[in-house]
Amino acid sequence: MSSLPIVDLDMAPNVAAVIVAVYGLLIVASIFTWSLARRRPEKDYSELRARVRTWWVIVTLFAVAIALKPIFAICLLGFMSFLAFKEYITLIPTRRADHRVLFWAYLTIPIQYYWVADGWYGMFIIFIPVYAFLVLPARMVLIGETEGFIRAAGTLHWGLMTTVFSLSHTAFLLALPAAGNPIAGGDGLLLYLLLLTQLNDVAQYVWGKSFGRHKVVPKVSPKKTVEGLFGGIATTAVVAVIAAPFLTPLTRWEALVAGLLIGAAGFLGDISVSAVKRDLGIKDSGNILPGHGGILDRVDSLTFAAPLFFHFVYYLHY
Amino acid sequence: MARILRLLFWVLIGRPLVLVVLGLNVRNGSGLPKNGPAILVANHNSHIDTFVLISLFPLKLLGKLRPVAAADYFLSNRALAWFTLNIVNMIPIERAAKGKIDRNADPLEACVKALQAGEILLVFPEGTRGEAETLAKFKGGVARLKEQFPDMPVIPIYMHGLGRVMPKGEIALVPVVVDVFVGDPVPWSGNRADFTRAMEEAVIALKAQAPTRAWR
Repeated sequence: MSSLPIVDLDMAPNVAAVIVAVYGLLIVASIFTWSLARRRPEKDYSELRARVRTWWVIVTLFAVAIALKPIFAICLLGFMSFLAFKEYITLIPTRRADHRVLFWAYLTIPIQYYWVADGWYGMFIIFIPVYAFLVLPARMVLIGETEGFIRAAGTLHWGLMTTVFSLSHTAFLLALPAAGNPIAGGDGLLLYLLLLTQLNDVAQYVWGKSFGRHKVVPKVSPKKTVEGLFGGIATTAVVAVIAAPFLTPLTRWEALVAGLLIGAAGFLGDISVSAVKRDLGIKDSGNILPGHGGILDRVDSLTFAAPLFFHFVYYLHY
Repeated sequence: MARILRLLFWVLIGRPLVLVVLGLNVRNGSGLPKNGPAILVANHNSHIDTFVLISLFPLKLLGKLRPVAAADYFLSNRALAWFTLNIVNMIPIERAAKGKIDRNADPLEACVKALQAGEILLVFPEGTRGEAETLAKFKGGVARLKEQFPDMPVIPIYMHGLGRVMPKGEIALVPVVVDVFVGDPVPWSGNRADFTRAMEEAVIALKAQAPTRAWR
């Protein structure tokens, strides 16, 4: 694979059509929450409405990014990694002695996304798991503070793996050769992944709110229910099968597996970030997205779903 | 010219640095003064503190914001002096400890003039950047000013996280989301020593709201 062009304005008609459909969904959601707030003025729907408004901003950002692929989209996804990593660093306790190590850790973000823009798969796939994994603890050791060393090295690497390495798989979809997905290209796969992970979050929430009885992991996330989990995964799998012929090279059965994979991985990513916050005694990871909390709360499911979906497609079609 | 450069600096560098690279989580932001004269008193851990305080306000108040800082440190070389006087719009103060202060000159004169002109002073009453998340004893200058301007609000601020961004002695900037707690105006208590103590207690009370996660 070689270096990518800066801007490739050629958007597959299917990708454009799906983006229009997502805007259609947003209009429906806005009208629904607006009428809900009107019909029941005694209840407070401001958070729900803020959440829908934030969705408009997120969808528009990604629509523009996909239109200006690949470099602009890669930069936006890199910025998403930066915001998520920053929230993670803000949450975890760090050592005073590691100030410069944290600075180096931030530097891995532009470097990792540079490998993506360069289309260098071999480096992309080992840079954080091998080089950052060895170099950052080495830098810590040379500073010489041994107290809390394993905890500092471990928490830092967990953050880099989830918020930088895992999330950068979304961007590498754009660097895959066009021949692997003739109908919609890398942006079709990216859109498919983002659509399904976010839909899965919403579907699990709605199923859980409507029919939720039995708790799945009460200690980690008391609001998650078995009904929400399976209803959500089933919904995601159905949409995965329906959307696959428009956006991906996946066959019907492959799409079903992809949908189940994204649904289950999304759930696990979500509760893993919940576990981190619970461990540290925090509710939301931030306040940057009104109605959602922090970026980390929004991309938590993607941290698990992105690499699994990427390697599933990569193995089958590239 | 300096005004244009100042505006450009804060629009293109200062505010993006604070609002995007770091990120602010402001509690009770409506408690900030909408106009001068007023004084903000805040804890001090990092050079970025001044940047954060300035970024709390809308751009239209930029011309009224006057950080107060030590002349001996910030005017020590010409480039730094030009930057702090023109871009940061700082009021330099002579620190008393040097032993060669002219006893007849009032070190607070420039502050009094600024308050008379309806400006907002940004003050770090600890007098220096301390260790992260620990408060040093407050100095008495703000109390003298409050005595002269009894109706002027003195608003306590506690900033959490900046000790991790760029602690004393470090030049590498590590992005961390900063929590800013805005308190209620500290009422005049009749004498300067009590007022200084009340200010200090107000900042300590805000600190108690901050999350405990920190450097270890």
